[in-house]
Amino acid sequence: LLDFTFRRMLLSDEEFDELCFEFGLELDEITSEKEIISKEQGDCKASEASDIILYKIDVPANRYDLLCLEGLVRGLQVFKNKLEAPRYRRVRPASGEPQKLIITKETAAVRPHAVAAVLRNITFTQERYDSFIELQEKLHQNICRKRSLVAIGTHDLDTISGPFTFTAKPPAQICFKPLNQTKEYTAAELMTLYKTDSHLRHYLHIIEDKPVYPVIHDRNGIVLSMPPIINGDHSKINLKTKNVFIECTAMDLTKAKIVLDMMVTMFSEYCSQPFSLFHVNSRELAYRTETLSSDFINRKVGINESTEKIAQLLTKMCLKSTATGAGDEIEVEIPPTRSDVIHACDIMEDAAIAYGFNNIVRTTPRTYTVANQFPLNKLTELLRQDLAAAGFTEALNFALCSQEDIADKLGKKIEDTKAIHISNPKTAEFQVARTTLLPGLLKTIAANRKMPLPLKLFEISDVVLKDQKKDVGARNSRRFCAVYYSKSPGFEVIHGLLDRTMQLLEVKPGSTDGYHIRAAEDSTFFPGRCAEIFARGQSVGRLGVLHPDVITRFELTMPCSALEMDLEPFL
Amino acid sequence: CLFPCSMADTGVLELLRLIEKADDGVDSVDAASRLGVDHQVVVGAVKSLQSLGDIISAEQRSSKHWELTEEGSEIAKQGSYEARVFSAVPLEGLAQSDLMKLPFGKIGFSKAMSNRWIKVDKAQEGGPRVYRSVDSVVDQVREKLLLLQKGSGSQLEDKDKNELKKRKLLSEVTVKSYWIGKGNSFSTTITKQETELTPEMIASGSWKEKKFKPYNFEAMGVAPDCGHLHPLMKVRTQFRQIFLEMGFTEMPTNNFIESSFWNFDSLFQPQQHPARDQHDTFFLSDPALSHEFPQDYLERVKRVHSEGGYGSQGYMYDWKIEEAQKNILRTHTTAVSARMLYKLAQQEKFTPVKYFSIDRVFRNETLDATHLAEFHQIEGVVADYGLTLGDLMGILHQFFTKLGITKLRFKPAYNPYTEPSMEVFSYHEGLKKWVEVGNSGVFRPEMLLPMGLPEDVSVIAWGLSLERPTMIKYGINNIRELVGHKVNLQMVYDGPICRLDS
Repeated sequence: LLDFTFRRMLLSDEEFDELCFEFGLELDEITSEKEIISKEQGDCKASEASDIILYKIDVPANRYDLLCLEGLVRGLQVFKNKLEAPRYRRVRPASGEPQKLIITKETAAVRPHAVAAVLRNITFTQERYDSFIELQEKLHQNICRKRSLVAIGTHDLDTISGPFTFTAKPPAQICFKPLNQTKEYTAAELMTLYKTDSHLRHYLHIIEDKPVYPVIHDRNGIVLSMPPIINGDHSKINLKTKNVFIECTAMDLTKAKIVLDMMVTMFSEYCSQPFSLFHVNSRELAYRTETLSSDFINRKVGINESTEKIAQLLTKMCLKSTATGAGDEIEVEIPPTRSDVIHACDIMEDAAIAYGFNNIVRTTPRTYTVANQFPLNKLTELLRQDLAAAGFTEALNFALCSQEDIADKLGKKIEDTKAIHISNPKTAEFQVARTTLLPGLLKTIAANRKMPLPLKLFEISDVVLKDQKKDVGARNSRRFCAVYYSKSPGFEVIHGLLDRTMQLLEVKPGSTDGYHIRAAEDSTFFPGRCAEIFARGQSVGRLGVLHPDVITRFELTMPCSALEMDLEPFL
Repeated sequence: CLFPCSMADTGVLELLRLIEKADDGVDSVDAASRLGVDHQVVVGAVKSLQSLGDIISAEQRSSKHWELTEEGSEIAKQGSYEARVFSAVPLEGLAQSDLMKLPFGKIGFSKAMSNRWIKVDKAQEGGPRVYRSVDSVVDQVREKLLLLQKGSGSQLEDKDKNELKKRKLLSEVTVKSYWIGKGNSFSTTITKQETELTPEMIASGSWKEKKFKPYNFEAMGVAPDCGHLHPLMKVRTQFRQIFLEMGFTEMPTNNFIESSFWNFDSLFQPQQHPARDQHDTFFLSDPALSHEFPQDYLERVKRVHSEGGYGSQGYMYDWKIEEAQKNILRTHTTAVSARMLYKLAQQEKFTPVKYFSIDRVFRNETLDATHLAEFHQIEGVVADYGLTLGDLMGILHQFFTKLGITKLRFKPAYNPYTEPSMEVFSYHEGLKKWVEVGNSGVFRPEMLLPMGLPEDVSVIAWGLSLERPTMIKYGINNIRELVGHKVNLQMVYDGPICRLDS
């Protein structure tokens, strides 16, 4: 269908790509089923596959109206002035009472909201039917957040009779024949049955632990669905279905309405009265009017167009607009398909898209400002240059690491590190933020053991420490760390680097106003080979020869000396 | 080596004498055989003499000549197999089976047979017996090979040579040699050359009389003993420089831990947004929650999310403080921009600002060759009265021009906290296509107005990663070779300086 539409619009692949770009879509790939299978499984498997051209298009995350072919084609055709945006109508059934959905108070405990609508006299074809199911699935994955926020159920209205009731019952009291099963199950049995279902098992957790499960039934007690898990088999739709009852149950009413509107507006095209539908419980279609000025749009975008021209631009974006005649006022009608438009700035953006981002004249703002460096970064930048000049090579390691890296391997206890802990790491590499730069440098050496000795490395970067005084309970600390790795420990080299660093920081040797080092005990270092660094009376770090156990734990074989100190006291 | 090799000095004098005698020159192969040395020695002497200036002239040439194979040399010495078979057969004959036991028996037998030098009597008792059928033979194969060995191959016809080549006794080789003649300053005496200038020579002035061995400028120098800056940090320095040149002030981004409030809620990113999922963001278990927020502002944020306001419909959902309190590793530096803009809004009078930052951000994503759990985000923000979308494009044009990127175009995009949002594409001359180089947009009023910024102030912003342009700049395909402990230090040692616009 998509292919057909573009041919009719007489667009080459390049022109179509260009159109997508302009409209804010990303044309990922032009391919065919045959090509995909051939790429993945080889040519021979692909020979049977269809060679109808497929367009893989990325749609902006808030444009649910472009998720199905019906909406996408409609949007592009309106954009290219080939079609006028449809106006969706709410119609009452020709005969009989309008349908009703009764929501009982029990639902509050598990899934409090439900909305519903009816599409009458719809004509499905295989293509339309597939698209209908696909949109439902895409909405489930996107805005419905994998059915946790909203779940959609579609039913053949002619197999059931209203009014319908949305209620919640203990699992043992719910019993029905679920979609595509041959016998009845209780809700509890269903939860066990679907534990192994590759698709449905991902949704069980949403209600699993609740005392009551949501259920919708008709006036005769026939179960339509047990949202958000499964529909009943009784009311399932097929190609011959004429009247579709659509219900959305939800944790979030706003989203339920958006989802329902999307389902019905997209497919009302196929009703005997095109673009007509019926919302249950007397809800009106969500058309909304915003009034704004063309001056607002001109000012925000940086263009200078007439009020009429801007109204035309907006109309191209399915936002039917008219110049009211009162000054430069424009009245914009936002259709139920455009839930993404929540502010005048969204309308302004659509005007800019219709005008063409790349047609806007690029200007230079006259904002006059004087630049300032962040003092800590300025110090870091200057020091890095001189440390490289002192013969050390800069490394750049991850801020996240394992608990082992900052504790066990250094001969420390994790409780003593002041480390922040990550609750959802996918691997051990992301358990904590580093509290010291040393493990990163030692791992860099381990990964570069083939390089000629000595290895002289440094890093100036942030570590993270818990700190009660901060609003978030943690703070960064800018550190300087250096290591010397060779056949002899080279303490004098690291000590010399400390002296040079202090010289660069304008701190002279001396015990009161200057800096000095004093023997210290530290399990990371070889006994008797560790000293604490004091600058202007304050302890700022440590240096020494690493403990052989530390060297071994980092899979190293040579002696190594190291220095690590805080830089913030030198600001 | 840097200096003329001393091993080549042997033979130099002898070669010079030879050249002196030759009128229009001598071939180096010829010279080698005349001096009784290996050809390579002569070649060494030629190179050594060439480096001393115009003493000799040497012109490289190549010639083809025939050379005996190992088997050929053996035959030149011992005779051909067929001749050896002939002499092995006594007058009374020899059992064929015995003949075949000889090492050369098989080939020699068939060749001698085809030469009709021998015959076989199959009717003999005890098996076939071989007899001579001529009295004597001439071993032409050997004679030809001997001729070639003496260098008198020109007496042979091509047919003979090809025949021997077919029998793998002969092969044709190409010899590279020099035609050596006298140079303009030809002399048979060479002054001893000094290798280096010394303090003594400078003091005594003796350098004036001395000749110095020329340097080999083809060789590499000795690598200096030095440290190196990391390539990604070199690129960071350049980006910092660009922002400073453009008058942007650096934001304090040294806070990796951020509350969901500042990272998401303050940016009008709804609480059910997928980016706030466990699969995308690192949450903290300790310290799990933030406790201090500007209360009035928090209330305004809550209201705009749940009810709307400031001309917005809002998202109409039940906004929860518990969700905002959750501590995370910041997913973007825009969290800091939000703090900075909030602070700016608290000023008594608004003043225009231009801010930038380049620092780490964290994503709990699936990792691959170009994605890590942490990367550096580059961000620029401008806040002033009446900024337009055209202004944003103009600034982006200026910014990217400083990176050497001049061809830009913009694609509408979606981002929860900017409207309009634009993806920035640049034309890649190498790939011959448009590639995405950054993201940009105008901050939404629902983000700015609750902060207390004046209504007619617009804030435009853009961002990109530091790693991607660095990987392109240095031709690195796997991000792990650039960032983290698996870095290739040789790459760091060999890295060039970084000028982004050239």
